[in-house]
Amino acid sequence: MNPFTYTQASNVNEAVRCASANHAKYLGGGTNLIDLMRETVERPAAVVDVTRLSATIEERRDGGLLIGAAARNTAVAEHPTVRAQYPMLARAIVAGASAQIRNMATVGGNILQRTRCAYFYDSRGSRCNKREPGQGCDAIGGFNRMHAILGASQSCVATHPSDMCVALAALDATVHLMSADGERAVQLIDLHCLPGVHPEIETVLRPTELITAIEVPAKGFAANSTYRKVRDRSSYAFALVSVAAALAIRDGIITDVRLALGGVAPKPWRAFVAESDIRGRPATEGTFRSAADAELAAAAPLSDNAFKIELAKRTLVAVLDELAGATQ
Amino acid sequence: MSIVERAKQTVQGAAQGLMKKAAELAPDRLIPGGKPDPIIRHRHGHVGKPASRVDGPLKVQGQARFAAEFAPEGLCYAALVFSTIAKGRIVMLDIAKAVSAPGVVLVMTHLNAPRLNSMPLFLSAAKAVGGDNLPIMQDDCVHWNGQPVAVVLAETQEQADHATSLIRVTYEAEPAITSFAAAKAKGTEPGKFQGEPLKQEIGDAEAALRAAPHRVDAIYRTPRHNHNAIEPHAATIVWDGDELRVHDASQAMAHTAWSLAQVFGIDEKKVRVTSPYVGGGFGSKTLWQHQVLGAAAAKLAGRPVRIALSREGVYRIVGGRSLTEQRVAIGAVEAGRFTAIVHTGATAMTRHNALPEPFTVATRSGYAADTFKLDVEVAYMDTLANTFMRAPGEAVGTFGLECAIDELANQLGMDPVELRIRNEPQKDPTQGTPFSSRHIVEAYRAGAERFGWYKRDLPGNRRVGEWLVGMGCATATYPYYRMPGGAAQITLTRDGRATVAIAAHEMGMGTATTHTIVVAERLGLRLDQVTITYGDSSLPGVVLAGGSQQTASIGAAVMAAHSALVTELLRLAGNDSPLAGLSADDVRGKDAGLCKLDEPDRHESYSSILARAQRHEVTVQREAPLPLELLHWSMHSYGAMYCEVYINAITYETRVSKQDHAL
Repeated sequence: MNPFTYTQASNVNEAVRCASANHAKYLGGGTNLIDLMRETVERPAAVVDVTRLSATIEERRDGGLLIGAAARNTAVAEHPTVRAQYPMLARAIVAGASAQIRNMATVGGNILQRTRCAYFYDSRGSRCNKREPGQGCDAIGGFNRMHAILGASQSCVATHPSDMCVALAALDATVHLMSADGERAVQLIDLHCLPGVHPEIETVLRPTELITAIEVPAKGFAANSTYRKVRDRSSYAFALVSVAAALAIRDGIITDVRLALGGVAPKPWRAFVAESDIRGRPATEGTFRSAADAELAAAAPLSDNAFKIELAKRTLVAVLDELAGATQ
Repeated sequence: MSIVERAKQTVQGAAQGLMKKAAELAPDRLIPGGKPDPIIRHRHGHVGKPASRVDGPLKVQGQARFAAEFAPEGLCYAALVFSTIAKGRIVMLDIAKAVSAPGVVLVMTHLNAPRLNSMPLFLSAAKAVGGDNLPIMQDDCVHWNGQPVAVVLAETQEQADHATSLIRVTYEAEPAITSFAAAKAKGTEPGKFQGEPLKQEIGDAEAALRAAPHRVDAIYRTPRHNHNAIEPHAATIVWDGDELRVHDASQAMAHTAWSLAQVFGIDEKKVRVTSPYVGGGFGSKTLWQHQVLGAAAAKLAGRPVRIALSREGVYRIVGGRSLTEQRVAIGAVEAGRFTAIVHTGATAMTRHNALPEPFTVATRSGYAADTFKLDVEVAYMDTLANTFMRAPGEAVGTFGLECAIDELANQLGMDPVELRIRNEPQKDPTQGTPFSSRHIVEAYRAGAERFGWYKRDLPGNRRVGEWLVGMGCATATYPYYRMPGGAAQITLTRDGRATVAIAAHEMGMGTATTHTIVVAERLGLRLDQVTITYGDSSLPGVVLAGGSQQTASIGAAVMAAHSALVTELLRLAGNDSPLAGLSADDVRGKDAGLCKLDEPDRHESYSSILARAQRHEVTVQREAPLPLELLHWSMHSYGAMYCEVYINAITYETRVSKQDHAL
């Protein structure tokens, strides 16, 4: 057995101090870490429960939001300001998991959840470079219908499973961090790493660095935004492809756009290529289609998931068409 | 289906060698010309009325004990190490750390396991119910990815689970066939089920297909399916000397007891399997390696063992439905009448089991056609043995057949319901026997009316936003089976209470409640005057709760026992009873006694009969008559299924918005 200590922290400093001393894992709602411990993929010697830390959702004077990392996913999705001003974020959260899981899961935990690649979980029977660096990857050449088409490497083709993070990536969210070295902030789109030759390194977080809050800046376009998740079942299924999109149009010309994709990459995939293709051009299906083609030009399909390329393009175009229609 | 074949063989065997025994049986009420069962006429009793489940209170209070909830003294807990290669040899097993881990009682591997016979393969003998026929932990060979290679016993489940993680196994892998394509490339063999070929040809279907003015010819593939009963497989196992007691989660107790006796080389009577409550079976709760390994480890340790599979464990060592690749081709004339039905293809199987997923069985009696070509070929893979799962054959075979009919209807520009009705057979199209009942045309018509089928648009014409909205229909069917082996004992006491003993199973289908109702109805008792004892292999009967036939099997046994009981009661009643001179066919149960069928006042209570005969109780035991009805009839249940489906024109996401059926 893998004995571990459990401590509940009552403030950020205590959490960081306690975690640093014990090489602990932070425990949020436990909807992913506990599963991984049961499967012995994670074997922490200590866990520090951070669910008593700030869970407040604070509306800033400039219209932005500061969301405590311990806020439950459901609380964020149901917040009136989130629903009115950031519909993309509310829709992304409720598209994920089940009501029971969203009631437990925290915002900080959601960001740091790990891939659901079956080979990563199969600790005794499969090779996985993320779990055991250098071991090899059984997903490449295995059952990889759910795996990545963008940003993957020869070492790892796993996807990041979060829906919420796809919306946060599109919304230019910032993640506030605390460690023994002090506070810092990183952009959400810079928080997760691509696998390269080190798929075991998933984020830029330092050991025992703690996510304390997420800041979502005020942006005019955010109110005209949405999230669309394509999946096998209409509930409790991971995305085959998902799209978070926001669009601002003036006189038929796109003045601003935010696009991110889920279910296709090892991290929430901000579609910068498509964004720069679209900005300043007329809001037509032709514009959207060529932007989608450009974004997916780099896609590298595996044996079972080539369908995701066309699916991602179609979904991007449909979502942008919908947003363009709503503003005209 | 070969369960039918088997019944036929049994019956034919009876015709040749057991005529005497067959002649001794009461006239069969289920065959043409037989006298109908009086219970069918009597429609004002318990049958058809709502009743609470007799085991409901126990279950909702958590008092019903399942296989993994027995805790005999000295119990230890088992955990399995599964192989991580599909084929090859174990070169090294390092168990040292596990042996010295806290709480570990023993580690069993092929190096120290007791000598065991292989399990008798399901259906290879009357009571054989093993999922595979491989040596179980007897050598260093690995036959599938997931095969148990070590068992750890420990004082707690957590200690056992942890100790398995300390075991290191080194393998020498051999080339394995783990893809269906590779298996087919190696060549296929004709599918046989219990020695009978699945191939069946009537006329020249390929020629008829070529000549047909309209035809569809398509391939339908179905994936592997895993068993997922709410209660994972579990057993609590106790040796008392050379007697083996297994608290199992079972849909085949008597079979399991016999098969375990073969594995351990002991007398069948030394093995007792009990299983009063089962959290779902669906064809999977038979004998797999875990019960054998648990019993072997219990023997080695000299202690009772509980082996409860994790969900992963079920996927690793309990088989499911195998994958199929089916060709369905239908030829039709202008008016839609079928001239040819071709349903052929391949399914995957292993060398260590014998169930080719028989996907053509429902096609045998589905539709009329001038010619038929049905065939199932087998491709061999190095995987976990596949097994029976939730309508084996029908579930995946009707998918192919019904899709092809829809394709044809589309090509003909014909209503798919109408096309099905036009090909409604008058008798079983491949067996030639009359249908015992069918009513499928009525079901289609009634279902269509209720569902609003006739208001539908042509395919592809109705759109709601991005979604294409359409309707579909399909025929539902499942055969009637009744396997030989049903038996029941009824004991009636002077206080007017009846106890029925029968080796039946309760997997959630309400066995005890159903038969309480049936027996109370027959005997004219209140429900609370009847007790059903079941869930124990030592009770009468060899009953499989599979093929949806348990109720029919034990129902026929209860009928036979009841008839014998009434005969005995009439004999005991003698000449001083109002019932004097009547035979068992002349009476029915009423108000805790018997009365003449058409003269309810000519009645005597059971307590009166038994008191006069100076008997405290009367007990009879009878076997169910052989399933002769299967020789005379084509027996199936049928239904018409309707659904409304949304398909997203952009993403192709498919969502069923409405579903209804008429059965």
